[in-house]
Amino acid sequence: MDQLIQHLVNTLILGGTYALLGIGLTLIFGIMNVVNFTHGALYTVGAYLMYLSVAALGLNFFLALPVAILGGLLFGAAIELLLLRPFRGSDIDTTMLVMIGAGIVLQSATLWIFGGVAKAIPSPFPEAPLDIGPVSVSWLRLFVLGAALALIAITYALINRTRLGLAMRAAFQDADTAALMGVNVRLVYTATFAIGSSLAAAAGALLGPVYVVFPQMGGLAELKAFAIVILGGLGNLKGAAIGGFILALAEELGAGYVSSGYRDAMGFLIIIAVLLYKPTGLFAKAERIG
Amino acid sequence: MSRLLPIALLAGLVVLPLALGSSPYVLNALITTGILTIGAMSLNLLLGFTGQLSLGHIAFFGIGAYVSALTSLGFDVEIGFGYRIVHEPWPAAIGVLLGILAAGACGYLIGRLSFRVRGAYFVIVTVSFAEVVRLVALNWVELTQGPLALTNIPAVTLGIPGLGTWTLRTKLQNYYLVLGTGTLCYLIIARLVGSRFGRAMRGLKENESLALSVGINAARTLTIATVISAAMAGAAGSLYAHYLRIIDPDIFQFATTVTMVIMVVAGGKGTLLGPVVGGLIFGLLPVALRPVMAPEAQWMVYGIVLIAILFVMPKGIVPGVSVLLARLRSTRSVPVLEASPAVPR
Repeated sequence: MDQLIQHLVNTLILGGTYALLGIGLTLIFGIMNVVNFTHGALYTVGAYLMYLSVAALGLNFFLALPVAILGGLLFGAAIELLLLRPFRGSDIDTTMLVMIGAGIVLQSATLWIFGGVAKAIPSPFPEAPLDIGPVSVSWLRLFVLGAALALIAITYALINRTRLGLAMRAAFQDADTAALMGVNVRLVYTATFAIGSSLAAAAGALLGPVYVVFPQMGGLAELKAFAIVILGGLGNLKGAAIGGFILALAEELGAGYVSSGYRDAMGFLIIIAVLLYKPTGLFAKAERIG
Repeated sequence: MSRLLPIALLAGLVVLPLALGSSPYVLNALITTGILTIGAMSLNLLLGFTGQLSLGHIAFFGIGAYVSALTSLGFDVEIGFGYRIVHEPWPAAIGVLLGILAAGACGYLIGRLSFRVRGAYFVIVTVSFAEVVRLVALNWVELTQGPLALTNIPAVTLGIPGLGTWTLRTKLQNYYLVLGTGTLCYLIIARLVGSRFGRAMRGLKENESLALSVGINAARTLTIATVISAAMAGAAGSLYAHYLRIIDPDIFQFATTVTMVIMVVAGGKGTLLGPVVGGLIFGLLPVALRPVMAPEAQWMVYGIVLIAILFVMPKGIVPGVSVLLARLRSTRSVPVLEASPAVPR
């Protein structure tokens, strides 16, 4: 029983960052119809920006997090402007291939610059975990959960409460009509990709200090993000948020009670189950994002 | 002219080892290039002719390699409840056949699963499938030896009744084995895309609702294409296993799938010669770049080249060059109509 509670607590903490990853990916897919194969690379970039700021530049841990998120935002905007805007209007396969190319460039650049050795990001939190009854949680992980939930809330508010969010929702429903109503759709696309990328970078910056940072870390994160997005329904934000927690639960229980070696296979099992029983995702009836 | 080109290329590849002498380094590069090119050809059957991108193609390749290797090595595994499966080694040629069948069967399951819905699902299912297969190869140590690798995989033995048998140990023999297999795959694909089934595939790619309206069963057609493509990738994988004679879970690297994708896109997806041309270029490019560049820099170049080709020559080298040739030939006369043959060569 105690073990189960511990697994549930771990699920909450892991699920927060998974939800961030999934929301970023589903946002980009829903609005732009782009399967973002740079998502994993941007997750890695976020983690390395965190490493650079804290370990190399000696910046305060809590200041480094916004730096990493801002970095993700800028990287995303640059990718959209340089690589996606010229291919606007071409089919989904072409943009997917462009994104694969960009992902390779980003990942090999990280490997080239930082080398293949895994790096640890020092955190200012005490080593001793917080013990509540039978459950123990490290302070760092609690902070990660809090930050992830805050970022999810900010994204939600951005989409539902701001003019940019209104424009994004309009572009999601019908980009042409939105353009006729005076929405600057090109700007919306750039903003969408930048925001989605910054969420991936945030997830990397948050999980980087928990584990270690290495150039290939994004590959698995990307696969997990895909599983979350399929689970929640392509383009469904609420679905991605809940999907993140469901995947985390499946991984925790799978690793705890079945086999830790197959922890990362849980996402695939979820994809299979969803495709067999509810191919449009768990939350398909919501037609609009937000 | 365009019909002669593949034959000329084949003739060139047949005499190439004689021209090069027998430098083992170059021959090795040619063999691995050939094996990857077969993978690229099989990927092109899906990506080029049906428009479905398989980003887990390395899974079919690796399954072919592992099944073939395990069949010819034998194994002794516990499957739970005290039951064990003990398998005595079988000849390598049977292993290759079983490898092809196993890869095709996996292609069937993946196709049945992911073509229930259209869109990006096939890409995501294949890419995740490849990761799961890698995890199995890594963690099922009793069967696959995990990271310790399967070693001493026997070479393929070919026999013709009445003429004797040959065990293909040398690089030169393997080169011709790969070349023969590649030619066979090329002919199968050429036959296939020219057939009624091939028209169904291309119909689905060009206009799915129109294809459906004339009675083409989309899920069935796409699944069959996936099975054939996966089986060819499995054939390439089993050749790889019996040539290198050692395989480990690293065979399932995402990078290898990406290499095949680059070969297809650069050469020209949806053309028969495209993946061969792309395969030769990008298979041999690392050999040329190795002395001047670190591997991670090479990969950056690959990514940049992929993007650049999509910018400059979105259809790929082979269609790009043939358009260029047609334009050169017709400068003095009236512009030629874009009369593309049923299957662009």
